[in-house]
Amino acid sequence: MNPRLLRWLLPALLAVGFVVGWQVLHGQLSPSRRFLLPDLAGLIAAFREHGAVLARAAGYTAVAALGGFGLAVVVAVGASVLLASSELVRTALYPYLMVLQMVPVIVIAPILILWVGPGWPSVIIVTFLISFFPLVVNTTQGLLSVERAQVDLFRMARASGLQAMFLLRVPAALPYFFTGLRISAILAPIGALTADYIVGSTSGGRSGLGITALLFSARNEIPALYATAITGCLLGFALVGVVSGLAWLALHRWHDSYSPSDK
Amino acid sequence: MIVPPTAPVAPLIQIQALTKRFGAGVPVLDGLTLDVAAGEFVSLIGPSGCGKSTLLRLLSGLTPASCGNITIAGRPPGETDDLAYVFQDPTLLPWLKVAANVETLLRLRRMPAAERIRRGAAALELVRLTDKARAYPRQLSGGQRMRVSLARALALEPRLILLDEPFGALDEMTRDHLGEELLAIRERQQWTALFVTHSVAEAVFLSSRILIFAAHPGRVVHDLPIELPYPRNQDTRRDPAYLGLVSEVSAKLRAVEESAGPVSTAA
Repeated sequence: MNPRLLRWLLPALLAVGFVVGWQVLHGQLSPSRRFLLPDLAGLIAAFREHGAVLARAAGYTAVAALGGFGLAVVVAVGASVLLASSELVRTALYPYLMVLQMVPVIVIAPILILWVGPGWPSVIIVTFLISFFPLVVNTTQGLLSVERAQVDLFRMARASGLQAMFLLRVPAALPYFFTGLRISAILAPIGALTADYIVGSTSGGRSGLGITALLFSARNEIPALYATAITGCLLGFALVGVVSGLAWLALHRWHDSYSPSDK
Repeated sequence: MIVPPTAPVAPLIQIQALTKRFGAGVPVLDGLTLDVAAGEFVSLIGPSGCGKSTLLRLLSGLTPASCGNITIAGRPPGETDDLAYVFQDPTLLPWLKVAANVETLLRLRRMPAAERIRRGAAALELVRLTDKARAYPRQLSGGQRMRVSLARALALEPRLILLDEPFGALDEMTRDHLGEELLAIRERQQWTALFVTHSVAEAVFLSSRILIFAAHPGRVVHDLPIELPYPRNQDTRRDPAYLGLVSEVSAKLRAVEESAGPVSTAA
């Protein structure tokens, strides 16, 4: 069978099976407990009822996720070039990079709110903290993963440090960078949603998916919560899709991971 | 400038009392003195650890000498633009097309684009890969990649090419073909070559001179002229004179390896 078709068909079949199983499970529950697992009709009704709210909230969360993610990319690439240029810098800074990832969001949330207030600034900072680490680790690793003979080649041609960085190390690091970017693209929307839940703004309709989930939860609107979860996943898929497209553009012509299979 | 007509031509490479050691212990090269004249094709063979690859790294300026002196066209290593290096691996940059790979070293020298492109195309034509200019390295065979690597060196229009087992990873047919091509290119573009190899047949076929090295410490024990006329081609491989030289050099190499056998290892 056409492998491209299979790539769409298989997950689609799985989705159909999942929905059918879900419906069956819903039917098995006693009527008093069915609200725990809304059926497809209930879910669609929830999307109808809360669609506008969800869309606006998703928009806010998407912008926050992109903001934090974009900031993470810019800072991580800069930091990686710095880290790759000197072993001294690497040794000195590495433990603190890990600290960035270890910071418990729940704990710094109140501090962040005091510093920059609730809403976007806080949400973006938390998203940044969550998506930064995989990017900086992978990119640095990539910048350092250059074949010895290629470094020799550049040295022999008396290439400057800048030439070696931008004509050799940066292109060689691209596959690693995109590995980090993929991981961060999955983390960023979840991070933004969680951050919104903890440090989001509840005033003036400026809430993202986190605050929206909080409100639904307080009102016990279970189908709406499922709808919120699905919306969050869609955001994640969208970002991962964009990143995969960028990776394909940058790598498919030359990198082995995109080479045609030997069939 | 007036040059006396009797002035001898200075050798292209002059090496005097060259010693290289890594840390303490037996030097990798010990007091090597050697001249190579322009136009020679010199193969370096010998057991592993005899310092032949180290000699290439010293000549290219990648590694400093412990003591002794090297000049290439009168200048110290690492300060000359007259030299190109071909590694055992093609070391192409996979994200660049073949043409851009061939031009890489010219780009590093900040050569103007027009000149760079002209030289790159000429070098690619020498290795007969003009039709692959727009391919990526992963689309090429192992032999083609090595020819691109060779073209990258040739594009520098060097006076000296250092080749460190360039065909070592290829199958024998490809290896023989590339050897013949290398000599054919040398007929058109005069350069001097230092060629490290493990293959006696390859060394005899290519060289005008063979240096047999011994190890522990690394030193030259035989300096043999190979007096077969150029141009050489596949007929040369059936020439009795060629076959005789191959067995002579093989015997000498074996003697060197056996004399450096268990005794010196135990010492």
